Amino acid sequence: MQQIINFLIRYKTFLLYLFLLLISLVFTFQSHSYHQSKFLNSSNFITGSIYSFSDNITSYFNLREENNSLVEENKRLRDKLFNNVQLSGITIDTASVDYEVIRGRVINNSYADQRNYVTINKGQNDSIAQDMGVITDKGILGIVENTSANFSTVQSILSKKSNINAKIKNSNHFGSLVWGNTQDYNIVQLIDIPRLVPLTIGDTIVTGAMSSIFPENIPIGTIKRFDLDNSKSFYFIDVELFNDMTNIGNVYIIKNLNRKEVLQLEAETEANDQ
Amino acid sequence: MINSTFFFNVLRFILLVLVQVLVFNNLNFFGYINPLVYILFLYWYPIKQNRTTFIVLCFLLGLFVDIFSDTLAINAAATVTIAYLRPTIMRFVFGVNYEFQSFKLNNSTKAQQFTFLALLIIIHHLAYFTLEIFSFSNSLLILQKTFTVGISTLILCILFSTLFSSKKE
Repeated sequence: MQQIINFLIRYKTFLLYLFLLLISLVFTFQSHSYHQSKFLNSSNFITGSIYSFSDNITSYFNLREENNSLVEENKRLRDKLFNNVQLSGITIDTASVDYEVIRGRVINNSYADQRNYVTINKGQNDSIAQDMGVITDKGILGIVENTSANFSTVQSILSKKSNINAKIKNSNHFGSLVWGNTQDYNIVQLIDIPRLVPLTIGDTIVTGAMSSIFPENIPIGTIKRFDLDNSKSFYFIDVELFNDMTNIGNVYIIKNLNRKEVLQLEAETEANDQ
Repeated sequence: MINSTFFFNVLRFILLVLVQVLVFNNLNFFGYINPLVYILFLYWYPIKQNRTTFIVLCFLLGLFVDIFSDTLAINAAATVTIAYLRPTIMRFVFGVNYEFQSFKLNNSTKAQQFTFLALLIIIHHLAYFTLEIFSFSNSLLILQKTFTVGISTLILCILFSTLFSSKKE
Protein backbone atom coordinates (compact mmCIF):
# COMPACT_ATOMS: atom_id res chain seq x y z
CA MET A 1 0.00 0.00 0.00
CA GLN A 2 2.82 2.32 1.02
CA GLN A 3 4.53 1.58 -2.26
CA ILE A 4 1.45 2.32 -4.30
CA ILE A 5 1.06 5.69 -2.59
CA ASN A 6 4.75 6.42 -3.11
CA PHE A 7 4.37 5.54 -6.75
CA LEU A 8 1.35 7.81 -7.10
CA ILE A 9 3.16 10.71 -5.45
CA ARG A 10 6.27 10.26 -7.53
CA TYR A 11 4.40 10.16 -10.82
CA LYS A 12 1.58 12.52 -9.94
CA THR A 13 2.36 15.01 -12.72
CA PHE A 14 2.51 12.29 -15.31
CA LEU A 15 -0.70 10.69 -14.06
CA LEU A 16 -2.42 14.07 -14.04
CA TYR A 17 -1.25 14.61 -17.62
CA LEU A 18 -2.56 11.22 -18.70
CA PHE A 19 -5.86 11.86 -16.97
CA LEU A 20 -6.41 15.26 -18.62
CA LEU A 21 -5.29 13.94 -22.00
CA LEU A 22 -7.73 11.06 -21.66
CA ILE A 23 -10.59 13.46 -20.86
CA SER A 24 -9.90 15.54 -23.93
CA LEU A 25 -9.52 12.47 -26.15
CA VAL A 26 -12.83 11.08 -24.89
CA PHE A 27 -14.52 14.41 -25.64
CA THR A 28 -12.94 14.40 -29.09
CA PHE A 29 -13.76 10.85 -30.12
CA GLN A 30 -17.24 10.51 -28.70
CA SER A 31 -18.30 13.28 -31.06
CA HIS A 32 -16.76 11.64 -34.12
CA SER A 33 -20.06 9.82 -34.09
CA TYR A 34 -23.16 11.62 -35.26
CA HIS A 35 -23.64 14.53 -32.89
CA GLN A 36 -21.30 17.16 -31.55
CA SER A 37 -20.44 17.08 -27.87
CA LYS A 38 -23.22 18.34 -25.65
CA PHE A 39 -20.91 20.41 -23.42
CA LEU A 40 -18.15 21.62 -25.69
CA ASN A 41 -19.93 23.83 -28.14
CA SER A 42 -20.28 27.55 -28.62
CA SER A 43 -24.06 27.67 -28.15
CA ASN A 44 -23.79 28.24 -24.39
CA PHE A 45 -24.53 31.50 -22.62
CA ILE A 46 -20.99 32.86 -22.14
CA THR A 47 -19.60 32.19 -25.61
CA GLY A 48 -22.89 33.18 -27.21
CA SER A 49 -22.94 36.55 -25.43
CA ILE A 50 -19.31 37.29 -26.27
CA TYR A 51 -19.83 36.38 -29.92
CA SER A 52 -23.00 38.44 -30.24
CA PHE A 53 -21.21 41.39 -28.61
CA SER A 54 -18.42 41.10 -31.15
CA ASP A 55 -20.93 40.66 -33.98
CA ASN A 56 -22.73 43.83 -32.85
CA ILE A 57 -19.56 45.75 -33.64
CA THR A 58 -18.37 44.00 -36.78
CA SER A 59 -21.78 43.67 -38.46
CA TYR A 60 -21.70 47.42 -39.29
CA PHE A 61 -18.88 46.90 -41.73
CA ASN A 62 -20.93 45.02 -44.30
CA LEU A 63 -24.35 46.56 -43.82
CA ARG A 64 -24.45 47.82 -47.41
CA GLU A 65 -23.69 44.40 -48.85
CA GLU A 66 -26.20 42.81 -46.52
CA ASN A 67 -28.87 45.32 -47.61
CA ASN A 68 -28.18 44.69 -51.28
CA SER A 69 -28.59 40.96 -50.88
CA LEU A 70 -31.85 41.40 -48.97
CA VAL A 71 -33.24 43.78 -51.61
CA GLU A 72 -32.19 41.30 -54.29
CA GLU A 73 -34.08 38.55 -52.49
CA ASN A 74 -37.15 40.77 -52.07
CA LYS A 75 -37.08 41.47 -55.78
CA ARG A 76 -37.00 37.76 -56.57
CA LEU A 77 -39.89 37.07 -54.23
CA ARG A 78 -41.91 39.98 -55.69
CA ASP A 79 -41.30 38.68 -59.20
CA LYS A 80 -42.82 35.41 -58.12
CA LEU A 81 -45.70 37.12 -56.37
CA PHE A 82 -46.71 39.31 -59.31
CA ASN A 83 -46.55 36.44 -61.78
CA ASN A 84 -48.73 34.30 -59.60
CA VAL A 85 -51.85 36.44 -59.29
CA GLN A 86 -54.31 33.85 -58.03
CA LEU A 87 -52.15 33.27 -54.98
CA SER A 88 -52.86 36.67 -53.48
CA GLY A 89 -56.57 35.96 -53.24
CA ILE A 90 -56.24 32.86 -51.13
CA THR A 91 -55.80 33.24 -47.40
CA ILE A 92 -53.26 30.75 -46.19
CA ASP A 93 -54.71 28.07 -43.97
CA THR A 94 -52.27 27.60 -41.08
CA ALA A 95 -53.30 23.97 -40.68
CA SER A 96 -51.95 23.10 -44.12
CA VAL A 97 -48.57 24.81 -43.71
CA ASP A 98 -45.66 22.38 -43.93
CA TYR A 99 -42.75 24.62 -43.10
CA GLU A 100 -42.18 27.48 -40.71
CA VAL A 101 -39.35 29.94 -41.25
CA ILE A 102 -37.49 31.67 -38.43
CA ARG A 103 -34.93 34.36 -39.12
CA GLY A 104 -31.55 34.50 -37.38
CA ARG A 105 -28.11 36.03 -37.60
CA VAL A 106 -24.72 34.37 -37.77
CA ILE A 107 -22.55 35.52 -34.87
CA ASN A 108 -19.60 33.20 -35.44
CA ASN A 109 -18.52 31.39 -38.58
CA SER A 110 -15.68 28.99 -39.34
CA TYR A 111 -14.66 27.36 -42.62
CA ALA A 112 -10.99 26.45 -42.24
CA ASP A 113 -11.38 23.36 -40.04
CA GLN A 114 -12.32 19.80 -40.92
CA ARG A 115 -15.66 20.03 -39.13
CA ASN A 116 -16.96 23.56 -39.33
CA TYR A 117 -19.67 25.02 -37.15
CA VAL A 118 -21.61 28.26 -37.35
CA THR A 119 -23.12 29.90 -34.26
CA ILE A 120 -26.44 31.75 -34.66
CA ASN A 121 -28.29 34.05 -32.28
CA LYS A 122 -31.55 32.07 -32.01
CA GLY A 123 -32.15 29.22 -29.58
CA GLN A 124 -34.80 27.22 -27.77
CA ASN A 125 -36.66 30.41 -26.81
CA ASP A 126 -37.30 30.96 -30.51
CA SER A 127 -38.39 27.30 -30.86
CA ILE A 128 -35.19 26.18 -32.55
CA ALA A 129 -34.44 22.47 -32.08
CA GLN A 130 -31.85 19.99 -33.25
CA ASP A 131 -31.93 18.90 -36.92
CA MET A 132 -33.62 21.97 -38.38
CA GLY A 133 -32.30 23.18 -41.71
CA VAL A 134 -30.52 26.52 -42.02
CA ILE A 135 -30.39 28.42 -45.33
CA THR A 136 -29.39 31.86 -46.55
CA ASP A 137 -31.04 33.85 -49.31
CA LYS A 138 -28.62 32.22 -51.80
CA GLY A 139 -28.58 28.60 -50.73
CA ILE A 140 -28.23 26.05 -47.97
CA LEU A 141 -25.87 26.53 -45.04
CA GLY A 142 -26.25 23.56 -42.68
CA ILE A 143 -28.23 21.77 -40.00
CA VAL A 144 -28.84 22.83 -36.37
CA GLU A 145 -26.81 20.67 -34.04
CA ASN A 146 -26.97 22.04 -30.49
CA THR A 147 -29.22 24.63 -28.91
CA SER A 148 -29.20 26.65 -25.71
CA ALA A 149 -31.81 29.16 -24.52
CA ASN A 150 -30.72 31.93 -26.89
CA PHE A 151 -28.09 30.49 -29.23
CA SER A 152 -27.52 27.46 -31.45
CA THR A 153 -24.61 25.88 -33.28
CA VAL A 154 -25.13 24.80 -36.87
CA GLN A 155 -23.13 22.04 -38.52
CA SER A 156 -22.06 23.68 -41.75
CA ILE A 157 -22.16 21.78 -45.06
CA LEU A 158 -18.40 22.25 -44.88
CA SER A 159 -18.02 19.35 -42.48
CA LYS A 160 -16.70 15.84 -42.89
CA LYS A 161 -19.84 14.64 -41.09
CA SER A 162 -22.27 16.48 -43.33
CA ASN A 163 -24.41 14.37 -45.66
CA ILE A 164 -27.38 16.01 -47.36
CA ASN A 165 -29.80 14.69 -49.95
CA ALA A 166 -29.46 16.66 -53.19
CA LYS A 167 -30.57 16.33 -56.79
CA ILE A 168 -30.15 17.88 -60.19
CA LYS A 169 -32.69 20.61 -60.79
CA ASN A 170 -35.73 19.62 -62.87
CA SER A 171 -34.96 15.93 -62.61
CA ASN A 172 -35.37 13.35 -59.90
CA HIS A 173 -31.87 11.90 -59.92
CA PHE A 174 -30.68 12.32 -56.38
CA GLY A 175 -27.39 11.76 -54.61
CA SER A 176 -25.56 12.72 -51.43
CA LEU A 177 -23.86 16.04 -50.90
CA VAL A 178 -20.61 15.63 -48.95
CA TRP A 179 -17.46 17.67 -48.35
CA GLY A 180 -14.59 15.52 -49.56
CA ASN A 181 -11.79 17.91 -50.35
CA THR A 182 -11.56 19.65 -47.02
CA GLN A 183 -9.18 22.32 -48.32
CA ASP A 184 -11.59 24.15 -50.56
CA TYR A 185 -14.46 25.99 -48.88
CA ASN A 186 -16.34 26.91 -52.06
CA ILE A 187 -16.63 23.41 -53.48
CA VAL A 188 -18.66 20.46 -52.16
CA GLN A 189 -19.10 17.06 -53.80
CA LEU A 190 -22.24 15.33 -55.01
CA ILE A 191 -21.85 11.55 -55.14
CA ASP A 192 -24.02 8.55 -56.03
CA ILE A 193 -25.53 10.02 -59.21
CA PRO A 194 -25.76 7.12 -61.72
CA ARG A 195 -23.70 7.48 -64.92
CA LEU A 196 -26.71 7.27 -67.19
CA VAL A 197 -27.82 10.74 -66.09
CA PRO A 198 -26.98 13.40 -68.68
CA LEU A 199 -24.93 16.15 -67.02
CA THR A 200 -23.64 19.50 -68.25
CA ILE A 201 -21.20 21.82 -66.55
CA GLY A 202 -23.19 24.68 -65.07
CA ASP A 203 -26.27 22.58 -64.19
CA THR A 204 -27.93 23.66 -60.94
CA ILE A 205 -27.97 21.39 -57.92
CA VAL A 206 -30.84 21.73 -55.44
CA THR A 207 -31.93 19.90 -52.30
CA GLY A 208 -33.85 16.67 -52.84
CA ALA A 209 -37.22 15.58 -51.56
CA MET A 210 -35.91 12.71 -49.47
CA SER A 211 -34.80 14.89 -46.60
CA SER A 212 -37.07 15.62 -43.68
CA ILE A 213 -34.91 18.63 -42.85
CA PHE A 214 -34.88 20.79 -45.97
CA PRO A 215 -37.80 21.49 -48.29
CA GLU A 216 -37.29 20.42 -51.89
CA ASN A 217 -35.63 22.70 -54.46
CA ILE A 218 -33.52 24.93 -52.26
CA PRO A 219 -30.55 26.01 -54.39
CA ILE A 220 -27.12 24.64 -53.49
CA GLY A 221 -24.73 25.39 -56.35
CA THR A 222 -23.73 24.65 -59.92
CA ILE A 223 -21.73 21.76 -61.40
CA LYS A 224 -18.12 22.81 -61.85
CA ARG A 225 -16.55 19.54 -62.91
CA PHE A 226 -17.69 15.92 -63.06
CA ASP A 227 -16.00 12.59 -63.41
CA LEU A 228 -16.78 8.90 -62.90
CA ASP A 229 -15.78 7.46 -59.53
CA ASN A 230 -13.70 4.31 -58.96
CA SER A 231 -16.55 1.90 -59.59
CA LYS A 232 -17.18 3.62 -62.97
CA SER A 233 -20.93 3.48 -62.44
CA PHE A 234 -21.50 6.69 -60.49
CA TYR A 235 -20.52 10.28 -61.03
CA PHE A 236 -18.30 12.24 -58.69
CA ILE A 237 -19.41 15.85 -59.12
CA ASP A 238 -17.71 19.02 -57.87
CA VAL A 239 -20.39 21.57 -56.98
CA GLU A 240 -19.52 25.23 -56.70
CA LEU A 241 -21.66 26.73 -53.92
CA PHE A 242 -23.93 29.73 -54.50
CA ASN A 243 -23.19 30.83 -50.94
CA ASP A 244 -19.97 32.59 -50.18
CA MET A 245 -19.26 30.55 -47.05
CA THR A 246 -16.79 33.15 -45.81
CA ASN A 247 -19.37 35.92 -45.70
CA ILE A 248 -22.69 34.98 -44.13
CA GLY A 249 -24.93 37.35 -42.20
CA ASN A 250 -28.67 36.76 -42.09
CA VAL A 251 -29.99 33.20 -42.21
CA TYR A 252 -33.37 31.47 -42.18
CA ILE A 253 -34.03 28.44 -40.02
CA ILE A 254 -36.58 26.04 -41.44
CA LYS A 255 -38.85 24.06 -39.18
CA ASN A 256 -40.50 21.10 -40.87
CA LEU A 257 -43.82 20.65 -39.09
CA ASN A 258 -44.26 17.15 -40.50
CA ARG A 259 -40.83 15.89 -39.51
CA LYS A 260 -41.98 14.12 -36.36
CA GLU A 261 -44.67 12.26 -38.28
CA VAL A 262 -42.28 11.25 -41.06
CA LEU A 263 -39.64 9.99 -38.63
CA GLN A 264 -42.18 8.09 -36.58
CA LEU A 265 -43.59 6.42 -39.66
CA GLU A 266 -40.13 5.46 -40.88
CA ALA A 267 -39.20 4.04 -37.48
CA GLU A 268 -42.41 2.00 -37.34
CA THR A 269 -41.81 0.62 -40.82
CA GLU A 270 -38.30 -0.37 -39.90
CA ALA A 271 -39.46 -2.02 -36.68
CA ASN A 272 -42.10 -4.05 -38.55
CA ASP A 273 -39.47 -5.15 -41.02
CA GLN A 274 -37.52 -7.09 -38.47
CA MET B 1 4.08 39.54 -4.89
CA ILE B 2 2.33 36.20 -5.29
CA ASN B 3 -0.94 38.01 -5.66
CA SER B 4 0.31 40.22 -8.46
CA THR B 5 1.77 37.24 -10.37
CA PHE B 6 -1.49 35.41 -9.96
CA PHE B 7 -3.47 38.43 -11.10
CA PHE B 8 -1.28 38.94 -14.17
CA ASN B 9 -1.61 35.32 -15.16
CA VAL B 10 -5.38 35.35 -14.87
CA LEU B 11 -5.56 38.54 -16.91
CA ARG B 12 -3.20 37.08 -19.51
CA PHE B 13 -5.30 33.90 -19.63
CA ILE B 14 -8.53 35.81 -20.34
CA LEU B 15 -6.96 38.21 -22.82
CA LEU B 16 -5.22 35.44 -24.76
CA VAL B 17 -8.45 33.41 -25.04
CA LEU B 18 -10.38 36.48 -26.24
CA VAL B 19 -7.68 37.55 -28.71
CA GLN B 20 -7.50 33.99 -30.03
CA VAL B 21 -11.22 33.47 -30.57
CA LEU B 22 -12.24 36.97 -31.63
CA VAL B 23 -9.27 37.96 -33.79
CA PHE B 24 -7.04 35.08 -34.83
CA ASN B 25 -9.75 32.46 -35.37
CA ASN B 26 -11.24 34.78 -38.00
CA LEU B 27 -7.99 35.55 -39.77
CA ASN B 28 -8.20 32.72 -42.36
CA PHE B 29 -5.04 33.85 -44.12
CA PHE B 30 -4.77 32.02 -47.49
CA GLY B 31 -8.08 30.40 -46.64
CA TYR B 32 -7.00 28.22 -43.74
CA ILE B 33 -4.16 29.72 -41.70
CA ASN B 34 -5.41 30.63 -38.23
CA PRO B 35 -2.42 31.17 -35.93
CA LEU B 36 -2.82 29.73 -32.44
CA VAL B 37 -1.29 32.58 -30.45
CA TYR B 38 -2.64 31.45 -27.08
CA ILE B 39 0.44 29.22 -26.82
CA LEU B 40 2.21 32.35 -25.57
CA PHE B 41 0.62 31.63 -22.20
CA LEU B 42 2.93 28.64 -21.83
CA TYR B 43 5.89 30.66 -23.00
CA TRP B 44 5.26 33.47 -20.51
CA TYR B 45 4.15 31.42 -17.51
CA PRO B 46 6.63 31.66 -14.60
CA ILE B 47 9.02 28.74 -14.37
CA LYS B 48 9.11 28.39 -10.61
CA GLN B 49 5.42 27.66 -10.16
CA ASN B 50 3.69 24.48 -9.07
CA ARG B 51 3.64 22.07 -11.99
CA THR B 52 0.25 20.55 -11.19
CA THR B 53 -1.47 23.95 -11.25
CA PHE B 54 0.29 24.76 -14.49
CA ILE B 55 -0.95 21.62 -16.25
CA VAL B 56 -4.52 22.10 -15.03
CA LEU B 57 -4.43 25.77 -16.11
CA CYS B 58 -3.20 24.83 -19.57
CA PHE B 59 -5.92 22.21 -19.88
CA LEU B 60 -8.51 24.87 -19.04
CA LEU B 61 -6.91 27.29 -21.50
CA GLY B 62 -7.20 24.75 -24.31
CA LEU B 63 -10.72 23.82 -23.27
CA PHE B 64 -11.92 27.45 -23.34
CA VAL B 65 -10.50 27.96 -26.82
CA ASP B 66 -12.20 24.69 -27.82
CA ILE B 67 -15.60 25.72 -26.51
CA PHE B 68 -15.41 28.99 -28.40
CA SER B 69 -14.23 27.54 -31.68
CA ASP B 70 -16.29 24.29 -31.64
CA THR B 71 -13.22 22.11 -32.03
CA LEU B 72 -14.29 19.39 -29.55
CA ALA B 73 -11.30 19.07 -27.18
CA ILE B 74 -8.43 19.13 -29.66
CA ASN B 75 -6.84 22.32 -28.33
CA ALA B 76 -7.06 21.00 -24.77
CA ALA B 77 -5.26 17.77 -25.68
CA ALA B 78 -2.49 19.55 -27.60
CA THR B 79 -2.00 22.22 -24.92
CA VAL B 80 -1.89 19.79 -22.01
CA THR B 81 0.75 17.82 -23.94
CA ILE B 82 3.13 20.76 -24.29
CA ALA B 83 2.38 21.80 -20.71
CA TYR B 84 3.59 18.39 -19.57
CA LEU B 85 6.60 18.45 -21.89
CA ARG B 86 7.64 22.03 -21.06
CA PRO B 87 10.27 21.15 -18.39
CA THR B 88 11.83 18.61 -20.76
CA ILE B 89 11.94 21.14 -23.58
CA MET B 90 13.44 23.75 -21.25
CA ARG B 91 16.13 21.37 -20.07
CA PHE B 92 16.91 20.60 -23.70
CA VAL B 93 17.09 24.26 -24.73
CA PHE B 94 18.62 25.97 -21.68
CA GLY B 95 20.63 23.07 -20.27
CA VAL B 96 20.69 22.56 -16.49
CA ASN B 97 20.81 26.34 -16.04
CA TYR B 98 17.09 26.74 -15.86
CA GLU B 99 16.82 24.87 -12.58
CA PHE B 100 18.69 27.61 -10.69
CA GLN B 101 16.71 30.16 -8.73
CA SER B 102 18.22 33.08 -10.61
CA PHE B 103 17.22 31.84 -14.05
CA LYS B 104 14.89 34.13 -16.01
CA LEU B 105 13.66 33.83 -19.58
CA ASN B 106 14.89 37.35 -20.29
CA ASN B 107 18.43 36.45 -19.27
CA SER B 108 18.77 33.75 -21.89
CA THR B 109 19.97 34.44 -25.41
CA LYS B 110 17.62 35.33 -28.25
CA ALA B 111 18.47 32.06 -30.00
CA GLN B 112 17.48 30.06 -26.93
CA GLN B 113 14.18 31.91 -26.56
CA PHE B 114 13.46 31.35 -30.23
CA THR B 115 14.21 27.60 -30.05
CA PHE B 116 12.09 27.22 -26.93
CA LEU B 117 9.11 28.93 -28.57
CA ALA B 118 9.57 27.07 -31.85
CA LEU B 119 9.69 23.66 -30.11
CA LEU B 120 6.53 24.45 -28.12
CA ILE B 121 4.75 25.45 -31.33
CA ILE B 122 5.91 22.48 -33.41
CA ILE B 123 4.85 19.88 -30.83
CA HIS B 124 1.54 21.63 -30.17
CA HIS B 125 0.64 21.98 -33.85
CA LEU B 126 1.65 18.44 -34.67
CA ALA B 127 -0.60 17.09 -31.91
CA TYR B 128 -3.37 19.52 -32.88
CA PHE B 129 -3.51 18.73 -36.59
CA THR B 130 -3.01 14.99 -36.06
CA LEU B 131 -6.11 14.98 -33.87
CA GLU B 132 -8.03 17.32 -36.14
CA ILE B 133 -7.44 15.49 -39.40
CA PHE B 134 -7.07 12.07 -37.76
CA SER B 135 -6.11 9.88 -40.68
CA PHE B 136 -2.70 8.57 -41.63
CA SER B 137 -3.51 8.68 -45.31
CA ASN B 138 -3.48 12.45 -44.94
CA SER B 139 -0.14 12.66 -43.13
CA LEU B 140 1.20 14.99 -45.80
CA LEU B 141 -1.68 17.37 -45.11
CA ILE B 142 -0.91 17.18 -41.39
CA LEU B 143 2.73 18.10 -42.01
CA GLN B 144 1.80 20.84 -44.45
CA LYS B 145 -0.66 22.42 -42.02
CA THR B 146 1.74 22.05 -39.09
CA PHE B 147 4.42 23.81 -41.10
CA THR B 148 2.38 26.68 -42.56
CA VAL B 149 0.25 27.43 -39.51
CA GLY B 150 3.29 26.88 -37.27
CA ILE B 151 5.33 29.50 -39.15
CA SER B 152 2.54 32.05 -38.87
CA THR B 153 2.05 31.29 -35.15
CA LEU B 154 5.80 31.64 -34.58
CA ILE B 155 5.99 35.01 -36.33
CA LEU B 156 3.01 36.39 -34.42
CA CYS B 157 4.24 35.00 -31.09
CA ILE B 158 7.65 36.63 -31.59
CA LEU B 159 5.95 39.93 -32.44
CA PHE B 160 3.74 39.71 -29.36
CA SER B 161 6.55 38.71 -27.03
CA THR B 162 8.68 41.63 -28.26
CA LEU B 163 5.75 44.00 -27.94
CA PHE B 164 4.80 42.97 -24.41
CA SER B 165 8.26 42.14 -23.16
CA SER B 166 8.48 42.56 -19.38
CA LYS B 167 11.90 44.17 -19.72
CA LYS B 168 11.20 47.79 -20.65
CA GLU B 169 14.48 49.57 -21.16
